[in-house]
Amino acid sequence: MNKLISTVSPHFSTKRDTTHIMLDVILALCPAAIASVLLFGWRALLVIAVCVGTCVLSEFLFEKLCKRENTISDLSAVVTGMLLAFNLPVTIPVWQAVIGSVVAIIVVKQLFGGIGQNFANPAITARIIMLVAFSGEMTRWVNPVGGFFDEVSAVTGATPLVAMSKGLPLPSYLDLLLGKHGGSLGETCALALILGGLYLLIRRVITWHIPVAFIGTVALMSLVCGQDVLGQLLSGGLMLGAFFMATDYATTPNTKWGKIIFGVGCGLITVLIRFWGNYPEGVSYSILLMNILTPYISRLTRSKPLIGGAKS
Amino acid sequence: MKLHGIHVPHRKNTADSAPVRLAPPKTVAIPMSMHIGKPAKVIVKRGDEVKVGTKIGEADGFVSSPIHSSVSGKVQKVDEITIMNGMKVPCVLIDSDGEQTPDEALAPPAVSDYQSFVDAVRDSGSVGLGGAGFPTHVKLTVKDLSQVQEVVINAAECEPYITSDTRTMLDKSDYIQKGIELLRKYLGVQKFIIGIENNKPAAIAKMQALAQSVPGMTVMALPSIYPQGGEKVLVYNTTGKLIPKGGLPLHVGVIVLNVTTLAFIAEYMETGMPLVEKCITVDGSAIKTPKNVIVPIGTPVADLIEMVGGTKEEPAKALYGGPMMGIAIPSLDSPVMKNTNAIIVMGKKEATPPKTTPCISCGMCVNHCPLRLDPREIALAYKKNAPEDLELLHVDLCMECGCCAYICPAHRPLVQTNKLSKAVLRNYQNAKKEEK
Ligand code: SF4
Ligand code: SF4
Repeated sequence: MNKLISTVSPHFSTKRDTTHIMLDVILALCPAAIASVLLFGWRALLVIAVCVGTCVLSEFLFEKLCKRENTISDLSAVVTGMLLAFNLPVTIPVWQAVIGSVVAIIVVKQLFGGIGQNFANPAITARIIMLVAFSGEMTRWVNPVGGFFDEVSAVTGATPLVAMSKGLPLPSYLDLLLGKHGGSLGETCALALILGGLYLLIRRVITWHIPVAFIGTVALMSLVCGQDVLGQLLSGGLMLGAFFMATDYATTPNTKWGKIIFGVGCGLITVLIRFWGNYPEGVSYSILLMNILTPYISRLTRSKPLIGGAKS
Repeated sequence: MKLHGIHVPHRKNTADSAPVRLAPPKTVAIPMSMHIGKPAKVIVKRGDEVKVGTKIGEADGFVSSPIHSSVSGKVQKVDEITIMNGMKVPCVLIDSDGEQTPDEALAPPAVSDYQSFVDAVRDSGSVGLGGAGFPTHVKLTVKDLSQVQEVVINAAECEPYITSDTRTMLDKSDYIQKGIELLRKYLGVQKFIIGIENNKPAAIAKMQALAQSVPGMTVMALPSIYPQGGEKVLVYNTTGKLIPKGGLPLHVGVIVLNVTTLAFIAEYMETGMPLVEKCITVDGSAIKTPKNVIVPIGTPVADLIEMVGGTKEEPAKALYGGPMMGIAIPSLDSPVMKNTNAIIVMGKKEATPPKTTPCISCGMCVNHCPLRLDPREIALAYKKNAPEDLELLHVDLCMECGCCAYICPAHRPLVQTNKLSKAVLRNYQNAKKEEK
């Protein structure tokens, strides 16, 4: 008789491994990806493909070079690529998208030890670095008129947040919801992002704490500051940030209260930048700043073991 | 406050399978340690004639348990066997004559008061039949009986596959009732809560019907969230009391008894037949026809598998107990023991552990631990070899239920790390004590 396998319990485990979870995130990002093509035309798909391809390739090559175990099959690099693309204007030159992707995977993720070890969200950090390095290209917003809704005509347009801060008229709420306004290619269609976010919640990839705390804080502060609440919620990168980037596992707290503090913090910093800062948009910065605070928040909100009372 | 847990597949394939009593195997192997505590001392020798119920091992001290022959026949030899924790203990091999003649000397014990009741329980050889194997008489030994406010009967049976407790409830409800009456009479307890996972509607209905005629008995249908039957979890969910770290249920005024243990005690008081056979669930992906069976203790697992109809694929792993907390059986020659409630035999696919990948810091382990431990931090502290951190993280609280390892998307071996961490912490604390 052959030898029996002898391992420590449990002898049973969930089928939901890292790859499954990442696949769910990719699925959840699909509505927004489709919306980006409908709104901005095929070039949106090109940017997404370039970012995803570069991210996966950089991860593969870097791990090969460092003789680390290969992790591209966990699909996390695909997620990073999609998220980074979503944060770029559709007009971004391909070479800049490539550099951004390399930075995201190698500098922000792999140099800190790879999946689960990085302290800052790779897509967001890369975007911010690109914003500094390629500030012209990164803020050249086109109105979504190159897409399937209208005739092709590259009109440079202001994002709704810029419009609001300058007191210009906003697109209608419906257009905001559908994404027919200027912005990064994956952030404009709030409807698609909300659908994706709900999917993540239903599949329990994320919990409600961060998105609700984040969006709720922005709503509340907008109300208090006499701003257009719905306009604030539906513009900029809020939905993308709150559902997909502020919920990244490695760079955000894991406990309930930690998540709530994180979300509220993101919301506060976002409105601070939006209402009083020099930049029209603050979602990325808020998430990066809160990423940096995450170790402290985690320490403060550590899970308390149930040790019970004294033995009597 | 709600305790966390996980949803595991139930796989209660055998819930409707009324147990069949199997013929004794040619030879049984009965280890002298099938309980927590000191192994029993062998009191038979090679060539001795024994019958069913003849005592072959004498309890050694208080925390120990006597052991009885499960077949009639002749002692083939007294051998040694390596048990779970790697300890070598004596093991009595008995050739069965196939007659299963009971020992004539057996008679119902004379019980008149608390002490004689506890003594009788001890003589019955009863240990916790739910899996842990803690001697029952030790559990029932209470200095001040007024301390005991309630008895929680553990019928959660939260492990996948296993249905032997379900069968006790369906087939032996009269003994459950008698067991409760015994505890009422001799321990003076008036409150009895039986906790059952709600995936066993038939058993719940049966117990609810019983509760109509048993004063003080409450049936609690609990959500099927593993580990509902873990002692700490069950006591908390039925009584709202949290057993302190390192403490016993008694510290919060509770005695916990497994439902099959309770029924057995009542049966013993009537018949005088000690613990010599077990109803167990035989299931798993390699088993052709999953069933509940009653077998003599000491039946080799290989014989058992044969008797239930064999395997449909090569066994790759076999377990004492369920897949969440069960212990891997070293070889198929190993015997069925007192605390065996199931034998799960897995084929290659089910047995092959999934590949471990890097931790993604998702926090699912923390958010599913019933005791709110942080297995990820524990693993980091273990890697750093930092017993002070392990102490702060209370790794010694871990009940090894396996929720964390089950849910981990990276399939990290978290229970294994916790076990090793506990050992590191123990050594550290012992060294600290010695210094003082
Ligand atoms: S095995 Fe230990 S750490 Fe893991 S869930 Fe169970 S009690 Fe918590
Ligand atoms: S569940 Fe696994 S992957 Fe997630 S934090 Fe815990 S150990 Fe890491």
